[in-house]
Amino acid sequence: MREKICNAAEAVADVHDGAAVAAHAWGACGTPGYLFRALAAQGAKDLTLYCTNFLPGPPGLEDIGFPDPTILLPQLKKIVTPFLGTRAFRGVLGEDFLGDRVRSGQLEIEATTHGVLMQRLHAGAMKLGGFYSPVGLNTVVEKGKEKRVIDGKEYILEKPIHPDVGLISAYKADKLGNLVYRGSARASNPVIAMASGLTIVQVWEVVEVGELDPEVVVTPGIYVDRIVRIPDEDPNSAKRVEELFRKFAKELVTFGTESGDAQGGQE
Amino acid sequence: MKERLSEEVMAMRAVKEVEAEDACNLGLGTPQLCALYIPEGVQVQAENGVIGYGPLVTTDNAEMADPALMDAGSRFYTPAPGMSFFDMLTSFAMIRSGRLTTILGGLEVSEKGDLAIHSMSEADEYPQIGGAMDLAWGAKKLIVTMPHNTRDGKPKIVKELSLPLSSPECVDIIVTDLGVIEVTPEGFLLKEVAPGWTAQEVQALTEAPLMVSEDVKDVEL
Repeated sequence: MREKICNAAEAVADVHDGAAVAAHAWGACGTPGYLFRALAAQGAKDLTLYCTNFLPGPPGLEDIGFPDPTILLPQLKKIVTPFLGTRAFRGVLGEDFLGDRVRSGQLEIEATTHGVLMQRLHAGAMKLGGFYSPVGLNTVVEKGKEKRVIDGKEYILEKPIHPDVGLISAYKADKLGNLVYRGSARASNPVIAMASGLTIVQVWEVVEVGELDPEVVVTPGIYVDRIVRIPDEDPNSAKRVEELFRKFAKELVTFGTESGDAQGGQE
Repeated sequence: MKERLSEEVMAMRAVKEVEAEDACNLGLGTPQLCALYIPEGVQVQAENGVIGYGPLVTTDNAEMADPALMDAGSRFYTPAPGMSFFDMLTSFAMIRSGRLTTILGGLEVSEKGDLAIHSMSEADEYPQIGGAMDLAWGAKKLIVTMPHNTRDGKPKIVKELSLPLSSPECVDIIVTDLGVIEVTPEGFLLKEVAPGWTAQEVQALTEAPLMVSEDVKDVEL
């Protein structure tokens, strides 16, 4: 059995400059924040990041390990994401922080939708040349893409994504890399695992082969190359997250409500 | 000045459009409030991969918050019998399948039912699309809740969108703080008005022409 278990620094050590990285990111839920910190420390540059959402965590909780993809920002040359927290960025980093980077040519941003991003990753996993999608016609999403009428309906050609590296989060792994998730923390983690050339997972617990019920394994271990168990003393470990939720429950509950209010097609 | 409907009343009225045994997706903003009034038996779906979750955790029961039970608006929910979890490929196939009655916020709706929903930055290059385009495109029925006018009084119910399009010809009904308006092939049909308002007064604050329903009445909950 190939040894897949390693620490976070070892797991990301060979991520090269210019790599395409895919990662799930959705607030406190299923986001591989421990791996983001490892990649930030590793320092690979000119990365392209395919990311479910891209926004900083709640103000005031940065120091307690709230999973935050935006710590990678200095290393990115391109972000492809359906949801950029521009409002949140203004709050945390100042007025039009991202716009300044885009205008100065340091950063490219590509808009997409969650459905399109998921299917682009899936197309990558299936080695498709692309697919025709009906969502986003005559919007910013179709910018620069081929359009085609099929059986009387118009579609946009969407290309597959082949990430060099996938950063994902799961609840539990066995030593083969079979993964189980909890609740809505599953999200885009399984499709990123399937699409990526090298998949690195952070987990709360590693068990022996044979301990996971094969009926409930969501991601087969063949898709998982490196397994990082979050050390107990880290803020993202099961134990510390449990403590964090007891201590900051009110702040975390309020954050969700307020960020939602701020982004609901409001002015 | 006459009183407009509160956000809570708009949410309650929007939920009346949801039928028993529907499954729902509730967008960000006012639609999130709808979760409080969704009838029992209606399953609510969230884009990150759950359907049929229970009431949201509030500051009154914050100790119930579980890091793995979070909806698409980063709010924590309680578990409920019949709930199921899935990955986002399954979630967006569900969203595009025409099975979900969807309530979204909006910035503008045109006569044809075109929807503009996304906050745009100055550069226009990075809208906050999220799953809204998929949701609007794939909904069984699309209900939009939004204030009738912008903060500086501009109409949001218009002949043609002035803002960038999010999804064409997708809106079925609009619940605003001044009334309820259906999108029909002939144009907007005003069906209900906020108590104390007349159809003429609502028209005066609307850019697009409104047909007035023969049995136009006060907004009913």
